[in-house]
Amino acid sequence: MAHVAPPAGAPASGDAARKRGLVGYLLLAPAGLWLSLFFIVPMISLISTSLYDPSGSLETGYQMTGHVQNYATVLQEYDSQLLRSFLYAGLATFFCMLLGFPLAYAIAFKAGKWKNLLLVAVIAPFFTSFLIRTLAWQLILSDQGWVTQTFNALYLTDLFAALGLTEQGSLLYSPLAVVTGLTYNFLPFMVLPLYASLEKIDPRLHEAGADLYASPFTTFRKVTLPLALPGLVAGTLLTFIPAAGDFINAQLLGNTQTTMIGTVIQKLFDGGSYPEASALSVVLMVIIVVLVLFYIRRAGTEDLV
Amino acid sequence: MTTRWTPRRASDSAADRLAAQIAADLQLSGGMSRRGMLRMSGVSALALGGASVLASCGTEGTTQTEESCTSEDLSDTEKALNFSNWPLYIDEKGKRLPTLEDFEAESGIDVTYNTDVNDNNQFFAKVRNQLGACESTGRDIFVLTDWMAARMIGLGWIQELDHANMPNVDANLIERLQNPSWDEGRKFSVPWQSGFTGIAYNAKFTGEVSSFEELVTRSDLKGKISLLTEMGDTMGFFLKLVGADPNEFSDEEWQEALAKLEEVVKSGQIRQFTGNEYTRPLNKGDIVACEAWSGDIIAMQFDNPDIKFVQPTEGISLWSDNMMVPNQATHKANAEALMNYYYEPEVAARLAAWVNYICPVQGAEEAMASVDDSLVGNPLIFPSEEVYATTFSFMATDTKTREGFDKDFNQIIGA
Repeated sequence: MAHVAPPAGAPASGDAARKRGLVGYLLLAPAGLWLSLFFIVPMISLISTSLYDPSGSLETGYQMTGHVQNYATVLQEYDSQLLRSFLYAGLATFFCMLLGFPLAYAIAFKAGKWKNLLLVAVIAPFFTSFLIRTLAWQLILSDQGWVTQTFNALYLTDLFAALGLTEQGSLLYSPLAVVTGLTYNFLPFMVLPLYASLEKIDPRLHEAGADLYASPFTTFRKVTLPLALPGLVAGTLLTFIPAAGDFINAQLLGNTQTTMIGTVIQKLFDGGSYPEASALSVVLMVIIVVLVLFYIRRAGTEDLV
Repeated sequence: MTTRWTPRRASDSAADRLAAQIAADLQLSGGMSRRGMLRMSGVSALALGGASVLASCGTEGTTQTEESCTSEDLSDTEKALNFSNWPLYIDEKGKRLPTLEDFEAESGIDVTYNTDVNDNNQFFAKVRNQLGACESTGRDIFVLTDWMAARMIGLGWIQELDHANMPNVDANLIERLQNPSWDEGRKFSVPWQSGFTGIAYNAKFTGEVSSFEELVTRSDLKGKISLLTEMGDTMGFFLKLVGADPNEFSDEEWQEALAKLEEVVKSGQIRQFTGNEYTRPLNKGDIVACEAWSGDIIAMQFDNPDIKFVQPTEGISLWSDNMMVPNQATHKANAEALMNYYYEPEVAARLAAWVNYICPVQGAEEAMASVDDSLVGNPLIFPSEEVYATTFSFMATDTKTREGFDKDFNQIIGA
């Protein structure tokens, strides 16, 4: 029964690998517990609530009847609010990108010794509450405020009103105000991942591009942009997802025609329509997940920062 | 009411008020003890656990009956009381609560005062798992608005009060509030404060607005008014506009009122539907007139005399926030002692002078003379009999009906 003895070191290294594996699982345990307690359990609760018979109430209790029609009902009744949410979130993400890319680029490459200060300035608004920042926009865009007066004097409010973005002669309580609020509130979520990506780019790559007779624009297109793509994808996701579910901006800066899906869900829960509210939440989540998967595939990046 | 904020003294700056409102909105307002905070975090963890167990197999009805859900009153041996109220709804002096401290000194009862009621629906969600399963919420008194109080009493979650322990309540509760349709004879609830929902306007930007009809149709107000997101308040007025009685209306009348609301929304008359965040836009003129709560307006008037409150010609909506003792509360007699104490006219006057809402206690107006002379005769704190005669409130219903009302209403205001 002679057999070839394994090399002397092998069993020991196998043990070490197993031990390393165990430690890995142990380190994952808190996060796993957290996820199962605060994500998986509520998720199951949410999905099953969305299938309750909506004729129930708190007095009588809810019957679990697998009432899939809840989904049809909410899609039919709240389709316009759903569409609007994604439209506003998409616009806000687009404007965040437009504002955020140059900003992140400037901080990463041009700021020199001001870099840290500028980063702090990007994050500083987070020192106050989300609600206060949104209320501040009420003051900024108020009818008697200088912003509105200036826009008025330049006939810009007439232009916006003609485009259906605002009411005549004012800025507040309009789609424009809501998208502005969303853009402002989520801008740092765009800037920070972009900055993290851009900052890693070796400036010598730019010089190499110039040496090879690429114009600055070509260098940007062929070198900077592809390397910044992970940051851009992460930034758009971090902006788009919370913006689509936001319910503060539409409530404080919008009017009766700008209600977003977050507000609808909140009001349904408040009013006690639990099955519909849950179904709508699930719909929102599914749409976002599908959009995100599709987007990541198209953007062709699996390693998100 | 959705979220409520009772702004304070004339000396408060706008920034203080903003901070106070935000604190209330974020549920961070002062007054909550560390003990209360810890207890609440335990409670919500429990609620979460309870909800998830029930979820996958449907839920039981949560109605309780008296026999199945009793608790022992430990008031004789435990001189303690846990009181949950809305933020900024009791007289404060710095960090102290003068009337409450006097009660503690007088009765020897140690009161834990928590301001953890920010919203009727939110509070309902907070306690429904415990009360539905007949478990203690750790609270001996909480304060909720009429319709929510009616719902909780209907669910059998509230203990019957012993009026023998509350002679002041029987003697001094104003007549108009003695027999609400949902709690005849005040067997289960005692009003803490009351308030009006009426119309406010900023006289700097518009002339008088005397009726709700004017508010929602006058062309010079187009796009410059706001209404409240609180369904009962706003629909009460629309029911009045179509000639129905908000206390009792039929399905057809409800549909008519909804149609009227939809017409008004479509006409572009309404700039926004708001919770209590109408005060700043009204002050600045972004909103020139609106549906408003009386207490907010009195407080605004300290700073801005242009703000006026009117009683609409259609009548005025009267609501109360009511103290109740939930099932499994173990200090009911202590709670009754506190209710009795706050119905002493002198105490009620001190409270009303600070919170500025309608005082439900007879004799408090006379007592007010020695507390704050300027508030004697204020019709928003001490309304006259004639005003009371024109008040109405929204029909109290079971949760299912109310759910339908809410849905119909929200569909129109947030299209």
